[in-house]
Amino acid sequence: MIEIITQEPLLAALVAMVGLAVAFGAVLGFAAVKFKVEGDPIVDQIDHILPQTQCGQCGYPGCRPYAEAIANGDEINKCPPGGQATVNALADLLDVPAPELDAEDGDQSDVKKVAYIREAECIGCTKCIQACPVDAILGAAKQMHTVIASECTGCDLCVEPCPVDCIEMRPVPQTISDWQWTIPAPLGERLQGLRSADIIATDRDTGTRAA
Amino acid sequence: MRKIWDIPGGIHPPENKHQSLTDGIGTIAMPERLILPLNQHAGAPAKPLVKPGDRVLKGQMIAEPVGFISAALHAPTSGTIDGIADQPVPHPSGMSARCIELVPDGRDEWCDHQGVGDYRAQPPTALLELIRNAGITGLGGAGFPSSVKLGPRQPIDTLVINGTECEPYITADDSLMQARAPEIIEGVNILRHILGNPETVLIGIEDNKPRAFEQLTEAAEGTGIEVVEFPTKYPSGGEKQLIQILTGKEVPSGKLPAELGIVCQNVGTTFAVYNAICRGEPLISRITTVTGQACGRNGNYEVLLGTPISHLLAHNDFDAKACTRLVMGGPMMGFTLLDPAVPVVKTTNCILAGSKAEFPPAPPAQACIRCGLCAEACPASLLPQQLYWYAQSQNHERLEAHNLFDCIECGACAYVCPSRIPLVQYYRAAKGEIRRHDAEQLKADHARQRFEFHKARLEKAEAEKAAKREARRLAAEAAQRKTATSEAPSSGPGSADDLIQAAKARAAAKKASPDEQKAKLERSVEANRNRLKIARDKLAEGRDQGLDSDAMAKLEVKVNEAALKLKTAEEKLASFDDTSPGKGDSTVADDAASRVMDRVTASRREQLETTVASLKKRIASAEQAIGAETADATIAALQSGLEKQRQKLAEAETALAGLGPDGDQKVTDPTTVDAASAAIARAQAKAAARASMTPEQKAREDLHALDQRIAKARDKAQAARAEDSEHAATLESALEKLEEKRRGLIEALGAEPEETVPERPVAESVPAPSAVEPHPVPNDDPAAAAIARAQAKAREMAAMTPEQKRRVELASLDERIAKARSKLDSALAEGSEHVEALQGALEKLENKRRSLAQQDSDGVNPEGGA
Ligand code: SF4
Ligand code: SF4
Ligand code: SF4
Ligand code: SF4
Repeated sequence: MIEIITQEPLLAALVAMVGLAVAFGAVLGFAAVKFKVEGDPIVDQIDHILPQTQCGQCGYPGCRPYAEAIANGDEINKCPPGGQATVNALADLLDVPAPELDAEDGDQSDVKKVAYIREAECIGCTKCIQACPVDAILGAAKQMHTVIASECTGCDLCVEPCPVDCIEMRPVPQTISDWQWTIPAPLGERLQGLRSADIIATDRDTGTRAA
Repeated sequence: MRKIWDIPGGIHPPENKHQSLTDGIGTIAMPERLILPLNQHAGAPAKPLVKPGDRVLKGQMIAEPVGFISAALHAPTSGTIDGIADQPVPHPSGMSARCIELVPDGRDEWCDHQGVGDYRAQPPTALLELIRNAGITGLGGAGFPSSVKLGPRQPIDTLVINGTECEPYITADDSLMQARAPEIIEGVNILRHILGNPETVLIGIEDNKPRAFEQLTEAAEGTGIEVVEFPTKYPSGGEKQLIQILTGKEVPSGKLPAELGIVCQNVGTTFAVYNAICRGEPLISRITTVTGQACGRNGNYEVLLGTPISHLLAHNDFDAKACTRLVMGGPMMGFTLLDPAVPVVKTTNCILAGSKAEFPPAPPAQACIRCGLCAEACPASLLPQQLYWYAQSQNHERLEAHNLFDCIECGACAYVCPSRIPLVQYYRAAKGEIRRHDAEQLKADHARQRFEFHKARLEKAEAEKAAKREARRLAAEAAQRKTATSEAPSSGPGSADDLIQAAKARAAAKKASPDEQKAKLERSVEANRNRLKIARDKLAEGRDQGLDSDAMAKLEVKVNEAALKLKTAEEKLASFDDTSPGKGDSTVADDAASRVMDRVTASRREQLETTVASLKKRIASAEQAIGAETADATIAALQSGLEKQRQKLAEAETALAGLGPDGDQKVTDPTTVDAASAAIARAQAKAAARASMTPEQKAREDLHALDQRIAKARDKAQAARAEDSEHAATLESALEKLEEKRRGLIEALGAEPEETVPERPVAESVPAPSAVEPHPVPNDDPAAAAIARAQAKAREMAAMTPEQKRRVELASLDERIAKARSKLDSALAEGSEHVEALQGALEKLENKRRSLAQQDSDGVNPEGGA
């Protein structure tokens, strides 16, 4: 053994290298099989960012198809319900500069809306049920239909198919439980009016009242 | 003396506590109405148990908790429920929420209530249930339901009672501790018992409340409860801060104290627990500090929950003009009330009516100079200036990385900030934004799930439809094969009825296959035997009891009847055994199969002969049965059955006679021989035979049938060609198709393809033309039936003269037009949008009909007849 190595250093080195390559290759191959990542994580990640309104305004039949399209190189600014925030998040994820939201005719309002069926007018045609991508409408043929507001994504898709036009999109009223503090106006604005936002932590020692 | 730890940061704002500590706990006159918000706690709003107009007693539960994290609500005094409506509630938003309104009747009448005699004898779960039903929530801070906090999953080794009350102005807990120390200590004992007697029980009090400390120390003497005094510093009253001061343990970010084995409760809560357990009184009042320069009088009051704050202020000579800001809570962590009409709730520890001197208008905020004072003051060791920057840029990721949610919103950072930046408001807004975002994400996930489910549902429905279509297609093919092989004679208007009857007969036959019939007979023999036995027993019994002769006679008659019935049943069984040949060595199923095979292979004559033979046999056995039967009704039934069989026999015999010496002769007169039922019988036999065949046999069978069809088709095609008929092409293509099918079948069979198609068996009669009515194929599946019908029709048409064809078409068109009309009518009635389409279709049909009728009339015999 030793003699072979000393006599044929080149061959020995070659053999050693090939041997190592084979060994590591086997390890890597095994790891690739053993720790295989299921699914397509990037599509999942993109899908996670999209608002899941399933409205189709992006031109795809739902958010997931759009996520797949983005993964295949489509523009990231086609989702009006998501707004600029979604575009930014997508840009962040994909590490590209964030384009402006392409919302020429898309409906991008900050007010969340849900569909509402004026039940007296509903003729029970079930057309809206077929249109709803998240099965948020309850009803049966020739029966009055209604929207399960908590399931409705506000995608608007049921409004158009209604033959008697009894579906309208109503803004979701704000309740005390989803009220939230607003961020104080930016510094510049605050300095202008001298009307600072309300804060409570103002019990500073102003000297006017003895402790 | 216990070792005290220090917390990072903290500030020393002016305390301003002495104003309200002058004279103990006062009382307030009963207000005119009480407003009780359904959600005075963290968690789900309670569900009202009363309706407007109900009279309630003091302490009666008027709203029950919904779900785990929720709290009950009780009537603070007796009175009438005035309404349940949206009212402004104490909340930073100034919004309204659902409240129960109660008009007191001034009698202050308690409902039935009593304390638990010895709480130590009660299991902790029972006590927890009492606490939950007493509506007790944390009275110091966020109003978290106490029963949840007192029932942790982890074992608890330290109970900390929070008597710190570090925020300026507030003295509610201080006055409570001074006035009701023994009750508080008893409450602590109850909590100890509930928590499984933790080793350490601590009450933490800041050293600016010496009297409260004294009182509690005295009351706690000999109980093992340690009352600990520590230096005053804001905000040592925060739960995590107090735990750190008293135990030196820091509660990790995002964790609960219970995970370290520590439970922390406010002294006010402890007192409420005492009230609930020892006195049976739910939480209907609390101690509230009313203070501030805009109030002429400052003090602490035991206030009924629901008391409007304006009522409380009026009691304290409130000067609305002097008040710049009305705050609920302290100056550091409280919030501004927009409306003084809001009620006192479970978490209202202080009402602070500040004057201009106390609450000067906030000075304008300057830019952050990165001085770092805020970081020094922060008790949670956060980096407030960083949080501020990230909150401004809405960088939620960085905010969470900087532990925004560890911020207790104490306001220490804003207090020290030289630039007077309202830091806390940024944090509150950012927290709200993140929570909203999370909630939206949750909703989006839900929507995604629903969308995916929706898709899956549609796909499934589609697949089901496709499967149905496929099944229908297969059924239609099978039906076609059947009709083709059985060559259902289509002659005579009676043929449809015949087919239906045959189908019915088949169903009946299916119901009672020989096996089943036999089993049935055996069962009836068994049952009759039992009946006879019972009747005999009864007779014996009656004899023993010495019944009178009348009754005995009746019983005897019964016995005789039963015996007779048994006999008939036995005979029936016997005769059935006779009629089922080959019984014994081989199984009945095999018999049946071989029988039908025989029938399939037998020529018509043989078939008829066997039919006649079997009918004769059946008639004989029926006659025998009649002879044996005594009951009139049965005899009648049997005789009518016999009659029918005789008729059938006659028919069969005539058919046999009509067949003449050559059984292969074409049957010409459909009325003399019931050709249709014979064909059906053949088809049935075949189907039955197929059922008992191996797949290979089946395939062979199919092959055979196909061969026959092909032969026939060839004949037809030849004839057509000879006549130079326009159908020649169609027939040929049909022939090709058949041949292709045959090849496929042979391949499937894996057998040598037979080179020559066997001669067409002459036995197959040519279908008689001229039936206008489509044959109803006995089939449950309407679609398959329709297909079969269409096929049968096509065959008929192929054999018809052009004129006949036109007639048929005309008739079917008429039918279609009539149908379309009725559809249109119903659509019109319903006001459906399909009306137009239907009208169009109708017009087209009518046009077609017109042109067809034209042809018919101007070419009466255009092609010289076929
Ligand atoms: S546009 Fe509508 S369907 Fe498309 S990604 Fe946005 S929310 Fe989903
Ligand atoms: S109810 Fe209408 S708006 Fe709401 S999700 Fe369904 S289709 Fe969209
Ligand atoms: S105390 Fe105020 S000015 Fe100083 S670093 Fe903090 S936020 Fe900036
Ligand atoms: S408000 Fe939050 S950031 Fe500011 S000092 Fe208190 S805990 Fe720290």
